[in-house]
Amino acid sequence: MNQTSKKTSTVVLVIDDEPQIRRLLRVTLEANGYKVFAAETGNDGIVQAAQCHPNVILLDLGLPDLEGVEVLKRLREWSLVPVIILSVRDHENDKIAALDAGADDFVTKPFSSGELLARLRTTLRRSQPQSAETVFRAGKIEVDLSARIVRKNGQEVKLTPTEYSLLRLFVTHAGKVLTHRQLLVEVWGPTAVDQTHSLRVHIAHLRDKLEDDAAQPKFIITEPAVGYRAVRLDELF
Amino acid sequence: MIENDRPNPDALLAAIQSDDARKKRGRLKVFLGMCPGVGKTFAMLEAAQRELKNGRDLVIGYVETHGRKETDALTVGLPLVPRKHSEHSGLQLTEMDLDAVLVRRPQLALVDELAHTNVPGSRHPKRWQDVNELLDAGIDVFTTLNVQHLESRADTVRQIIGTEIRETVPDSLLDAAELELVDLPPMELIVRLRQGKVYLPERAVSAAQNFFRESNLTALRELSLRLVADHVSVDTQEFHRTQTGAGAWKTGHRLMVAVSASPLSESLIRWTRRMADSLHCPWLAVHVENSHPLDEAAQSRLGKNLALARTLGAEVIDTVDENLARGLLRIAQQNNVSQIVVGKPAVANFFEWFRAGKLLRQLTRDSGDVDLQVVRAEKTGASSPRRSRWRMNFEFGWKQYAVAAGVLAAVGLLNALLIQFTGPRVPGFVFLLAVVLLALFLGRGPVLFAGAASALVWDYFFLPPRFTFIINNTEDGILFGLYFVVAIVLGQLVARIRAQELAERQREERSTALYHLTREFAQAGTRDEVVWQLVAEVSRVFQTNAAVVLPGKNLLAVHPDSSFLLTEKELHVAEWAFLNRQAAGKFTDNLPGAESLHLPLMTESAAVGILSVNLAGKTLSLARRDLLEAYARQSALVLDRVALRAAGEQGKLVAESERLSNALLNSISHELRTPLAAIISATSALAEIKKSDGDNLENKMVAEIQEASARLNRLFGNLLDVTRLESGHVRPKLDWCDVGDLVQTTVRLLEHELSGREIKIEIEEKIPLAKLDFTLMQQALSNLLLNVAVHTPAGTPISLQVRHETGWLVLNVADSGPGLSPELLPRIFDKFFRAPNAPAGGSGLGLAIVKGFVEAHGGQITAANRPGGGAIFTIRIPQRELPPEEKLA
Repeated sequence: MNQTSKKTSTVVLVIDDEPQIRRLLRVTLEANGYKVFAAETGNDGIVQAAQCHPNVILLDLGLPDLEGVEVLKRLREWSLVPVIILSVRDHENDKIAALDAGADDFVTKPFSSGELLARLRTTLRRSQPQSAETVFRAGKIEVDLSARIVRKNGQEVKLTPTEYSLLRLFVTHAGKVLTHRQLLVEVWGPTAVDQTHSLRVHIAHLRDKLEDDAAQPKFIITEPAVGYRAVRLDELF
Repeated sequence: MIENDRPNPDALLAAIQSDDARKKRGRLKVFLGMCPGVGKTFAMLEAAQRELKNGRDLVIGYVETHGRKETDALTVGLPLVPRKHSEHSGLQLTEMDLDAVLVRRPQLALVDELAHTNVPGSRHPKRWQDVNELLDAGIDVFTTLNVQHLESRADTVRQIIGTEIRETVPDSLLDAAELELVDLPPMELIVRLRQGKVYLPERAVSAAQNFFRESNLTALRELSLRLVADHVSVDTQEFHRTQTGAGAWKTGHRLMVAVSASPLSESLIRWTRRMADSLHCPWLAVHVENSHPLDEAAQSRLGKNLALARTLGAEVIDTVDENLARGLLRIAQQNNVSQIVVGKPAVANFFEWFRAGKLLRQLTRDSGDVDLQVVRAEKTGASSPRRSRWRMNFEFGWKQYAVAAGVLAAVGLLNALLIQFTGPRVPGFVFLLAVVLLALFLGRGPVLFAGAASALVWDYFFLPPRFTFIINNTEDGILFGLYFVVAIVLGQLVARIRAQELAERQREERSTALYHLTREFAQAGTRDEVVWQLVAEVSRVFQTNAAVVLPGKNLLAVHPDSSFLLTEKELHVAEWAFLNRQAAGKFTDNLPGAESLHLPLMTESAAVGILSVNLAGKTLSLARRDLLEAYARQSALVLDRVALRAAGEQGKLVAESERLSNALLNSISHELRTPLAAIISATSALAEIKKSDGDNLENKMVAEIQEASARLNRLFGNLLDVTRLESGHVRPKLDWCDVGDLVQTTVRLLEHELSGREIKIEIEEKIPLAKLDFTLMQQALSNLLLNVAVHTPAGTPISLQVRHETGWLVLNVADSGPGLSPELLPRIFDKFFRAPNAPAGGSGLGLAIVKGFVEAHGGQITAANRPGGGAIFTIRIPQRELPPEEKLA
């Protein structure tokens, strides 16, 4: 709490049709030093997003007027503001569609305030302007993007081109959920969206090479049914 | 849930297998002999005994041993399907019980005497048709046949032995058969005959004396030897073709025979078949239709001729052309025909000679590369169509002759008045006018009669010298001659025009009828409407009653809109037609004893129903039958379309109800969960704030609220899952999954609930990816683990084992708890079932959901007690395929 209180200027826009959730989020977030705006409908949310220049948007997928995905698409037409999806368990498909459409992360209702705040922090940090740094470190793993060298415990790790492309995506989007579709399109190309078996196999190989225990991965985490997420350096400790 | 549109692999597999089964026709083996008495039945039984020793499931469908001891001895040990007895004209007759053999479904059936004619009232008129049905059902058949009964050889045999062969078997049946020649030198046969070792029916003894002459037997023997040799050579060619992949019929021969309504055509067709046989080439039978309408007798003969060609294996083509030669040559060119076979006309008069000569001349002139075979055709039985048409016209036209005579008499009286004022020529022109007018209304015969009679009357009564037939004036003579010619030509012309008109009208009637039906069908939206229209149209056009029989739940039922009710017997005929996809009943070869004609309504792949037309006491011309078949085809297509549309609408309805119930579920889930989400979120924030305060009452309360709300959340989740399972809306979205990852992730997400336990995870090395719905399986597994955690003492280990067996993914979850009591074992997967001693906190839904999700994958879950204590749950998910090979790059 204390760390975040410095960032009094951080603006969060909550778009949710449930007054109780809005109230609760407002209380929780304001207690943690965020400035909160709230919108009840998708259309109102888009208008407010233009007016209050939020640093991050919490978007509920079950809005009365617009589909959550639609709100996201309209936002993405003019803004790169990070968006965290609030979804319920039974709506996996909506969640995946929203992530594919450019949402940054998701929290499944009911969520604990701690979980929400952690996601919020990660997302905000990711959206900070990136330094021109080309060397990424996460725990024992070091990726030098300019030299295309991967090291674990200082030892160079040999990766196939596909594995390297995957890893590069993970480190440049560390902390963010990458959907199966996004990974397949980026690494294999847009015609390969149904080749999930290739993705599974390469992820397994990558874990074998990078994780201490591939069975209990600490670096590339499976997000059930959605995709994978690479853990950020600061989350590892 | 996204709909899973992929076709069910089980259904696909079943469809392919049933297709295979359908294609798999039984094999026919024919024991061929030159005549009775050579020992065909004996040879067949010997072969059957060998098959029996080889373990084949065979039965005797029908074998006639004529009480001969050696033959009888060979039937010992062969299972027998009892014959069917029937009484016909006071005689006790027995036949093969076709249905019993079909029901018995042996691998092989023995059916003696392929050419036998069945008792009237049997399903098929001929036994070879019974055999055909057995073959269609996939049953192999051994049978016997004398060479004289082969359709294409019947002619030759008749020439050799001088008697008509009535029982014939189509050659096409033998094309795919294996032939075994049962041979005996003629002299030996004659000796056997003298010794009485050959069975002969009593009344045939004297005829047989004539038949079993050495010269006859040698000719027949040569015929059968040659037949078998030809057959073997075809087999060899066939073999070469399949082995080398070379195209069919390298010789490039292709015969074409012109078929007409003439009885001569029959022997032409047989001749061409023999020729095609010896050249091993395909052949066509072509009928060129022109505007001359055929009378009923000619039409039925034409139908028979074409049917004969079809049974002999010809491709039959029906085309329309006013010019016979042009039509024939056009078809020849389109089909790469190398030789055209036409009959050498049996010339009866100058006109026939002229007409036939014209055809031959034109064919010779225009045939180009195509060879022409002019074959002497022989008349068999029936009279020529031309004569019969004459007779028909006279029979039907006697009233017209009276009219013509009456009119001529009246005009004669008028002329008697006229001649007072004019010369003798004016009456001639008045007569001519009368003949022209008559020609507009009467047929050819009466007009010719009027022309001739009026000429004579004119000559006798009016041309000088009057009241004699003498003409003494050259001018009058020429006029009289011209008059005669003009009258006759007029008569001919008119007759031709009227014939064309009639043909036009028939064709127009046909197309109008079809158009009418099509238009009505276009408006018909439901099956009932289609049936109603079809019945109405058939009843209107054919002036009879019609019924439509459609498959119901498990049997055929007459549609209530039908205009007559089928008797039990007719319904059986309709059922046969439906199952065998062939026309049956009156005017067909299948169960012709019926009173109605039953046409299957065939779509491309299946029969969708039967059109039954009551034809008791009626005749059916070829054109009418054609129309009826066109009706059947049309209505089958429309019924198919209607059914598809209905299925589509049903699908839409299901999707709509699914959408509604999903919306309902979503709304309930939203309403229940929103306040819960608020509670959980708020208490977690509260817990966060109070964390530092230590172990006081408030903290304990907050922890209680958290615990209770988490439990409520799980319960809601379970209730919703059960509801979704109940409504059948759970459809797994199968995708390749890393099973190890699945298990690890599930365990990781249950970290809190499984804390303090040792979780042993064993995953088979290099386990292939599995096709699963990740989310569903994760929920199933986590429900199962939670259930285990609730029912076993805290801190006891749980072990998880995953392995791949051929075609299955197997997941074991084993605990070291108290185990399951055996009497409860069968019920633990029931909904809301809770073990009596279960700790509080469960809803009894967890395992039901696990089972539901596993079964949604087509899998199974079982529970058992471990020998060493504790329970073990085994989940098996079918894996129909292995993941595609991955090339690592």
